[in-house]
Amino acid sequence: MTCISCAGAALDRGGMTLTRRESSPIPVEADSICPDRFIGLNEADIARLPAFYGRRQVTLGDLFEIEGVGATDITVTGDLAAVKKIGHGMTMGRVTVEGPVGQHTGARMTGGELVVRGDAGDWLGAYMAGGRIIVEGNAGHFVGGAYSGDTKGMRGGTILVKGDVGREAGGRMRRGLIIVLGDTGEFTAARMLAGTVFVRGRLGARAGAGMKRGTVVAFGEVAELLPTFRYTCTYRPVFMRCYLRRLRETGLVAEGELEGELFRRSIGDLTNGGRGEVLVRAERE
Amino acid sequence: MMRVNGVEIEDTFAEAFGMWGARLVVTAETLEWARTAGAAATGFATSIIGCGCEAGINELVRAQDTPDDRPGIIVLLFTMSRAAMEQQLMLRIGQTIMTCPTTACYDGLPDGEERFKVGGKLRYFGDGFQRSKLLDGRRLWRIPVMDGEFVVEESFGAAKAVGGGNFFIMAGDLEHALAAAQAAVAAMRGVPGVVMPFPGGVVRSGSKTSSRYKGQHASSNTPYCPTLRGFEKSDLREGENAVLEIVIDGLTSDAVAEATRVGVVAACCDGVLRISAGNYGGSLGQFKFALHDLVSA
Repeated sequence: MTCISCAGAALDRGGMTLTRRESSPIPVEADSICPDRFIGLNEADIARLPAFYGRRQVTLGDLFEIEGVGATDITVTGDLAAVKKIGHGMTMGRVTVEGPVGQHTGARMTGGELVVRGDAGDWLGAYMAGGRIIVEGNAGHFVGGAYSGDTKGMRGGTILVKGDVGREAGGRMRRGLIIVLGDTGEFTAARMLAGTVFVRGRLGARAGAGMKRGTVVAFGEVAELLPTFRYTCTYRPVFMRCYLRRLRETGLVAEGELEGELFRRSIGDLTNGGRGEVLVRAERE
Repeated sequence: MMRVNGVEIEDTFAEAFGMWGARLVVTAETLEWARTAGAAATGFATSIIGCGCEAGINELVRAQDTPDDRPGIIVLLFTMSRAAMEQQLMLRIGQTIMTCPTTACYDGLPDGEERFKVGGKLRYFGDGFQRSKLLDGRRLWRIPVMDGEFVVEESFGAAKAVGGGNFFIMAGDLEHALAAAQAAVAAMRGVPGVVMPFPGGVVRSGSKTSSRYKGQHASSNTPYCPTLRGFEKSDLREGENAVLEIVIDGLTSDAVAEATRVGVVAACCDGVLRISAGNYGGSLGQFKFALHDLVSA
């Protein structure tokens, strides 16, 4: 008996393309668009997988034209701004979304790669535990966040957003890495438990509010730090060099896209033990 | 009879033993500090007979090839047992590398058969203020120290390795023996995965594994001591007045073989009369390196 991952790998490596048949603002829940769900299925089988169109249960075939073979490389095109949960819970393979996509994209994923060639809605990669998400545009609120009732947000993996993100990115994050090349909204890494958030643009106000452990790194401007963060020193964190080198090696960031040697370190949130840290890039004097 | 540059290569073999080997990547703000840390970490590590491990600096690493983009060195460390490896890694990383300004220490054998928790124990030096980062499955500990943070990997890999490869340089006088030994070591330092653990890579007090004194496990290699010719059974020939030995430890038998070949050829200098090797008749060691086979390869 083979595991799901092995079975997926054993399938042919051709591509599967799903094209949205029409444009509509009515929300679609399409958590069936996931490599794990496509394993061993042909076009007709995939067309019969369930989806929700508003409150109505439909099939993927009702909403998408489906062509191609294989489960490990899926491309989704058309008007997807209202399509939610693409790549939800995926464990392997690659999903490419051509254009803006709706909420909960890549939420709860544990492996594989999800690429969005546009903007992504709220809850991108919420509660994810592994794999990699790359968004070439902006993302909404709660990137890598925790769902209501969950005590933890993102638990592993990497999210790269090349544009801006909304508020509470990395909220209750437990592990993993979020990189935002643009600006972040308020409460970045709020109540963070551990993990790392890099922000190249402007770090929004009240970052790290209530954080227990973990690291927020600001490479650019910082709106303000809460008074419950205390400056400790300006130094050269060696672990940052490890991160930056690894990010360049894996191709996540280009040479010169994220740089910094000297950082101002503040610890906090002192209302929650003060074992977290915010590093703000400093210039050499 | 095989000769290289007029120097006789004796038809014999070096006998080597299985050991455990670890590979550390030590980085620092400057190459000088990385070398300083490496020198401290590999100090008093010439022979497992009395030092607990054998170690040496294998190579310099350019900044672009280290995990943190800083210049570094590779330290190889060899022990006879797994337990000794864990102890030596803890001692040497904790007492010599962590104490040296600006350093960081990473595992250079991530695929090693055994893993030893080192950073995961050293972290307690941080007194509760240590932090860790998980980067692509490798956990790095950040231990607060007075110049910032000491970064050390959670665990280090170790693999079955080869220790005790060797060859002897017999020369007409000490000056020529020294020159040949230094030339050999300089050439061998270019071989990845090996170290010559003795001072400057050369040992003058070669030993045999017996003694006339109770409790003394090793004693002077009397057959190769020129001053004892006439008192003891001697393996030296007429005109051989100085002998130096080069001992080689390596992560693989191929690396030891290559280092031996390179070293033997480089040692065939003016004033050297013969190159030989140490063995126990082939009955004890798991690895045999025949000089003729290596040189003619």
